[in-house]
Amino acid sequence: MNFFFDSALQDCDEPTGSPDFVEVRDFCFYYGAHKVLHNVFLQLAQRQITALIGPSGCGKSTLLRSINRLNDVIKGTRHEGDILIDRQSVFDARVDVLSLRRRVGMVFQQSNPFPKSVYENVVYPLRVAGRKKKSELDNVAERSLRAAALWDEVKDRLHANAYQLSVGQMQRLCIARAIANSPEIILLDEPCAALDPVSTGKIEELLLELKKDYTLVLVTHNLQQAARVSDRTAFFNQGRLVEAASTQRIFMAPQDPLTQDYVSGRFG
Amino acid sequence: MFKPPRGFFRRLSAAAQGEPWVWLCAAGLIMSLVLVIGLFVLIASRALPAFWPQPVALLELRESGALAGRIVQKYEKQTDGVRETYFKVYVGNKAVHGKNFVHVNERELLRVSYPEDMLYIDSLDGGDIFGQPQSLTLQGGLRVPVDDPRFEDFFAQLVTDTAVRRIDILEVELGQLGELNRHLEQNARRLRVLAKNEIQNAAEIGEISAAQKKLQTRHEVYARKSKELHERQDHFTLGYRVASGQSLVMPMEKIDHYYYPNRLGFFEKADVFMQNIWRFLSEAPRQANMGGGVFPAIFGTLVMTVLMSAAVAPLGVLVAVYLHEYARPGLFSRLARAGIYNLAGVPSIVFGVIGLCFFVHLAGGTLDQLFFADALPTPTFGTGGILWASLTLALMTLPVVVVATEQALHAVPRSVREASMACGASQWQSLRRVVLPAAVPGMLTGLILAMARGAGEVAPLMLVGVVKLAPSLPVDAVAPFVHLERKFMHLGYHMYDLGAQSPDIDAALPLLFACILTLVLLVGALNFLAVWMRARMRKKYAVKPF
Repeated sequence: MNFFFDSALQDCDEPTGSPDFVEVRDFCFYYGAHKVLHNVFLQLAQRQITALIGPSGCGKSTLLRSINRLNDVIKGTRHEGDILIDRQSVFDARVDVLSLRRRVGMVFQQSNPFPKSVYENVVYPLRVAGRKKKSELDNVAERSLRAAALWDEVKDRLHANAYQLSVGQMQRLCIARAIANSPEIILLDEPCAALDPVSTGKIEELLLELKKDYTLVLVTHNLQQAARVSDRTAFFNQGRLVEAASTQRIFMAPQDPLTQDYVSGRFG
Repeated sequence: MFKPPRGFFRRLSAAAQGEPWVWLCAAGLIMSLVLVIGLFVLIASRALPAFWPQPVALLELRESGALAGRIVQKYEKQTDGVRETYFKVYVGNKAVHGKNFVHVNERELLRVSYPEDMLYIDSLDGGDIFGQPQSLTLQGGLRVPVDDPRFEDFFAQLVTDTAVRRIDILEVELGQLGELNRHLEQNARRLRVLAKNEIQNAAEIGEISAAQKKLQTRHEVYARKSKELHERQDHFTLGYRVASGQSLVMPMEKIDHYYYPNRLGFFEKADVFMQNIWRFLSEAPRQANMGGGVFPAIFGTLVMTVLMSAAVAPLGVLVAVYLHEYARPGLFSRLARAGIYNLAGVPSIVFGVIGLCFFVHLAGGTLDQLFFADALPTPTFGTGGILWASLTLALMTLPVVVVATEQALHAVPRSVREASMACGASQWQSLRRVVLPAAVPGMLTGLILAMARGAGEVAPLMLVGVVKLAPSLPVDAVAPFVHLERKFMHLGYHMYDLGAQSPDIDAALPLLFACILTLVLLVGALNFLAVWMRARMRKKYAVKPF
């Protein structure tokens, strides 16, 4: 069976950039004494969408938040192993965590715009990076909002409070904010969990568009979504990476029986 | 057909539904409301009638002549087993009666009438006067009797004229003469300092002495002008008859305002009522705080509350931000927090003592030695004043602001902080650009509570600068305009003074209630302002959870 599909499964999108742009090497993570990630090895290809799937509490979000070191702010956490972006360890003592986070944008499950205007939300990453030139900020705001497919909807109310947008628009605003500072990687932590199907569809289209320029990592509970948009999929269970392969292989011909059970809906 | 099972329609018992508890809670709320409304009604009902012009009665007695005054109260008293009715009459005319109230037995009363020509005068030094006018004396001894048709016009004109001249005199005495006196004093001080120097600077001493001479000449000119104005004032007098038949003369300049209470219609009374309220709010007190208004006290309360807020808000926010955002949780931060929270439980008079020792004596004394040494031994900052009072209250209300700010910071959702972090913002940038703005409404809540507590506090102020009667306001037109070292008046202390220190509590009581009403409304207005600001901030900065 597997053998039969193998040749067909080979022709998924070949990565256009480095196949191991982000590399997770023997990575373990602890909340206090509780070990939530066990020796994960994973490679994320440049300009592709990699979906991280698995049941709740399997550690996929923890891995995501380790890539931009957002877990640093949580007290009592520590890690073993390493994560490299473009062959450079993110945990290196010489790495400035603030500039790392400028290279790695992030979108959260709950859309969390700031209590500011639409415009100020988008240019926030530039403002905190010390950029002040009005023309530059204006350009970035327009470019990011266009890239997030939001420009036409908000161009007349750039200075209105962001909370006046709909929930779906707010999530696209968060995506615009995440790409404002031209990061290399975008981390998406269940970006559609709180959205209706129409908004979800828009965001998925957007992700396929963004793939041309950015490396995307998508944590999702929605298996169809992973199947629709991602190039590669990694399945996690109880803090361990069970299987990582091209998305077609994971959904059509998983190697591991656990993966088989999960993608066919027998548990999770 | 649907056949319900047994017990399908049975309801839970009232007790199980918590009915009694709901009623208990509602009763608690109603009781609180009744207390609050009752308090307001009590205060307003005691305060406002004092401003309404009451008719003045002429009481003719069987044996001892007559009395004029407002009948305040009718009451019964048992004497030797016989019930007798008495009238309590506010007679004013302290110079004649020596007391404000007279109690009259109904049996002694021959007749009560309300003569149309009964005159009420609020005099500047003798308080309330009731009498019937007889004549005006003009310049050169010219007399205008009361039946002259021009009497009323003359009377009104003279009162206005003398009032204008009174202001002129004040301007000369406090303005020009006051400034000259200040210069003279300054020069004298400089001369004293120069005289102490080892090397005598003859040129400088000569210069200053010459300036002193010039100033003294100008001083004499203004002193003469003031004397002339005073003499002109003395020409004009009003002759009037009090109820006992005695004829008296009142200098025109002593009249603050007058009206004929028994002639007024409803709208005229309402007019007088509004004027009385305005006088109460805008004038300075007279006659040992028993007359006039409470403007300096309102102003002092306001300035003190604003200064206190300006001091406590930044300090409290800084403390809370460090404790909540930066301090590592541990023994130190727990102790620091407990210490600040416990300040809230310290009796306020203790803060007065702390303010006296630390602010007035230590800080003020040091300031005096450093910057105002030439004025010593007269203290400048080394005595109670509005700055020290405000700082003392700021210290007292610090925990309120700290607690509220910490709660506000705590309420900013983690998702927003993380969003900011993920954008590459440092902790300080996140704090300044996102977290603090979102916490501003909560901080304002703390400030509102602090103001409400601070504005009504009296005990600590008595030690650090509040006075019964302040000669000048803490903010005025004399450079440098804000005088933080000055003593000040405060509505709360004014109330204490009226209630506990006044020579005649019966006469002071309406004034006392008016003060209470003013203070309550003032604190209410300040709070309203802060609540309005908070609502605006909320609209702008509040983080909504999704």
